[in-house]
Amino acid sequence: MKLLTHNMLTSHVKGVTKGYPLLIKATEVKVNEVEFNPQFISRMIPKLEWSAFIQAAEGLGHLQNLPSTVVPEFENNEDFLRDVHKVLLEVEVIEGCLQCPESGREFPISRGVPNMLLNEDEA
Amino acid sequence: MSSCRRPEHMAPPEVFYNEEEAKKYTRNSRIIEIQSQMSERAVELLSLPEDQACFLLDVGCGSGLSGDYLSEEGHYWVGVDISPAMLDVAIEREVEGGLVLADMGEGVPFRPGTFDGCISISALQWLCNADKKCHSPPRRLYTFFSSLYACLTRGGRAVFQVYPENSEQLELITAQAMRAGFTGGMVVDYPNSTKAKKFFLCLFAGVIGVLPKGLGAETAERGMSSQANFTAHRSRFKNMKGKSVKKSRDWVLEKKERRRRQGRGVRADTKYTGRHRRPHF
Repeated sequence: MKLLTHNMLTSHVKGVTKGYPLLIKATEVKVNEVEFNPQFISRMIPKLEWSAFIQAAEGLGHLQNLPSTVVPEFENNEDFLRDVHKVLLEVEVIEGCLQCPESGREFPISRGVPNMLLNEDEA
Repeated sequence: MSSCRRPEHMAPPEVFYNEEEAKKYTRNSRIIEIQSQMSERAVELLSLPEDQACFLLDVGCGSGLSGDYLSEEGHYWVGVDISPAMLDVAIEREVEGGLVLADMGEGVPFRPGTFDGCISISALQWLCNADKKCHSPPRRLYTFFSSLYACLTRGGRAVFQVYPENSEQLELITAQAMRAGFTGGMVVDYPNSTKAKKFFLCLFAGVIGVLPKGLGAETAERGMSSQANFTAHRSRFKNMKGKSVKKSRDWVLEKKERRRRQGRGVRADTKYTGRHRRPHF
């Protein structure tokens, strides 16, 4: 699971009002090289929950040198975009689990795929 | 009971798409070809802005065949599927998008305003069946559409290729989509052909768009005028009982037109069409 996917995922367990951000408990993390697309990254930055992104990156130990707030005029700052690209698209959680911050429900991640299936009473 | 030829009637999706069924999606070239053709058309119907990498959702991504086409076009995507076996195939094929194991009937678990668009190939009809005691198709469809509406950006589109079983099913799907706030409707490609006919449900979130036309449908609509057109020309034997004489030029032209409407490959009409060859001795 890429951090981009993680940044968009929320817990949808019945009764949970703010199931975001999901806490990552990783046991295996991999770095895959992905082609760099500066336009896409600069389009995605305003959509990201930056604090959740930084928190997730820090938890995985891949913070690189990302600042705690978005750099102004990031569109033209290639070094910054490259750093974001690395953490956002190249770092992948292979094994572990995601925990809902409100209900404490854990969603297992296996082979890089988070299992978001709910039980009958949670749907 | 209806026929057992439809996969939805055999087993729930997470059971039907087992390892054996999933393997077909890597080995069977016909399945692969049809899947990529349909994804191509679905992306065309999405009408995304050109030269811009978009972030898309693929519902029922399966082995990632539709996702491959999205990656080829330079888009980034996240796929959702309920079958672990199909997702295993996707992992083995090393698809570029993110994968999530989830049931779309429980709603898509994403933040509001995430995706620029959504495609889904042959997945929505699975929601019309109740596979468990607690399942209610209208409620599951509504949960799916309302969570999808939330996670699309304003002006985003969603295109679903579906194999509806009957018109009630189509009505059920569209009614729930409209209830969730979507506008849009059904686009039917090649409506005159039983084989090539394809249903695409095109939904718009927030902004009213113009519904695109189905392929091969223009000629059919032209003929649908309720009044007969006036012609000064009098037909005598040519149009006996409304049909042309077999093997005549008109008969050939009519047949070609019919096949064209069905979306088959037909040669252009020329002065040689339906002309008799000179007699050979």
